Amino acid sequence: MTSIRVVPKGGRGLPVEVNLDTQLGTLALPSPILTASGCAASGKELSQFVDLTTIGAVVTKSIMMLPRSGRATPRMAETPSGMLNSIGLQGPGVDDFLEHDVPWLASKGVRTIVSIAGNDVEEFGRLAARVRRAGDSVIALEVNISCPNVANRGLVFACQAHSAAEVISTVRRNVGGAFPIFAKLSPDVTDIVEIAQACVDAGATGLSLINTLLGMVINTETLKPALAGVTGGLSGPAIRPVAVRAVWQVHAALPKVPLIGMGGILTGEDAFEFILAGASAIAIGTANFHDPSALTRVQNELTQILAERGFSSLQDAIGFAHRKV
Amino acid sequence: MVISAHGPGTRWLAALAPHQMLDVVGPLGRPFPLPKDPVHALLVGGGYGSAPLFMLADALRQRGCRVDMALGAASAERLFGALEARRVTNALSIATDDGSLGVQGRVTDAARSILERSNIDVIYACGPMPMLAALSTLGAEFDVMVQCAVEESMACGIGICMTCVLPVRGSDGVVRMSRSCVDGPIFAGDRVLWESIGTVPEETLGAPKASGH
Repeated sequence: MTSIRVVPKGGRGLPVEVNLDTQLGTLALPSPILTASGCAASGKELSQFVDLTTIGAVVTKSIMMLPRSGRATPRMAETPSGMLNSIGLQGPGVDDFLEHDVPWLASKGVRTIVSIAGNDVEEFGRLAARVRRAGDSVIALEVNISCPNVANRGLVFACQAHSAAEVISTVRRNVGGAFPIFAKLSPDVTDIVEIAQACVDAGATGLSLINTLLGMVINTETLKPALAGVTGGLSGPAIRPVAVRAVWQVHAALPKVPLIGMGGILTGEDAFEFILAGASAIAIGTANFHDPSALTRVQNELTQILAERGFSSLQDAIGFAHRKV
Repeated sequence: MVISAHGPGTRWLAALAPHQMLDVVGPLGRPFPLPKDPVHALLVGGGYGSAPLFMLADALRQRGCRVDMALGAASAERLFGALEARRVTNALSIATDDGSLGVQGRVTDAARSILERSNIDVIYACGPMPMLAALSTLGAEFDVMVQCAVEESMACGIGICMTCVLPVRGSDGVVRMSRSCVDGPIFAGDRVLWESIGTVPEETLGAPKASGH
């Protein structure tokens, strides 16, 4: 059990113990704070700023079977309260990843959730099987079926319940019965609850909500799209209400399914909002870019706000906003 | 800190009042490699790209290097640090497009005439990408190594976001989309595929096939 002693703001009263333990299905974590996939590489860079063993887990950038160059530049555009990215899943391929990144994370004692991305259902299956054998430091898989930066929108598996379920059931078959797998979903759908239900029925332990929204910026000086890839994924505080809504809807419909909430979390108060909406863990993404110590800061701020609101345990706050008074 | 205020972030920075506090993360990335021997170095800066060259000049001269500098910009007011340059160098050439300071012309022309009359061992350069590309070509012509500080827009600066990439040939001969922020910002000029910046060259590791990404 991880308890952190904090003095509520104003300095009145005695220090309060706040227990940050969280439970995602069979997966127990000492903190609900995770990195958001694609916003932390494989942890090494952020370890200069944050002791990664003190957060819940590092969720690595989505890995594919083969090395991948990603898209041309410009890959980034600033937007109101956020940004667009159009990286295109640049990565070294699973062989290099398992040879270098996973052993490094293991050597530092960092709990690791590996995000996988496939071009087709079969690649997801093969990746899942490879990563499953990578050792005890890998405690779960996140299945990225919702990356918006692919040429063919038809390959965004999370846009349809049947294709999402097909990927998840294949991954489940390849990792065996109890290993935790989380399906990362896109908010760019008509009914996210339907997709969530399909993933759970197909064997997902829980769900990661949400991936970026598909967006676009046109440069009014060049008169062209700002991104080489034309469209990109919108992240940052701009999408937070969309993400909170997704967590709320899915938690309301599937209250027993553990959710990892993410989308524009900059502060402990933002993280608390997701927890009240029903997230059992939260992930920090875009905030790492301008504040590389955001993981530690948000964890401290969340502990503080839990204490101030009278919660001695994170678990008591999960989904609290749904309760009828 | 030298800032060109031409985006929301840099305009915000430029608008800060003196003595306002800022969080700074640094130093980041790989520095200019310094020679072991007291060589003859040519430092070339374009516009505000001259900014990192003054400390470099100091470091080189402390090692007994001779430092020539060529600075260029569109006009005198776009040129940063001409006075400072005179203090830290053995010889200074200035070129402006409109001739408002120094000779009229390109800084690469100034660099060429220095290369023709002096025995330059290494070139250090910082400025716009086309200038760096031209200097790399010039370096190849005169068989001089060019160390280039590149400029790419970046979201994080610490190696996690993958936005600031450009095609660079590694020591193993393989072209990768390398991060300016941590793999650079200093790259050997002959390693960068200058003409391919803004694209993913076909020979890049993991480049998209005809079907696309």
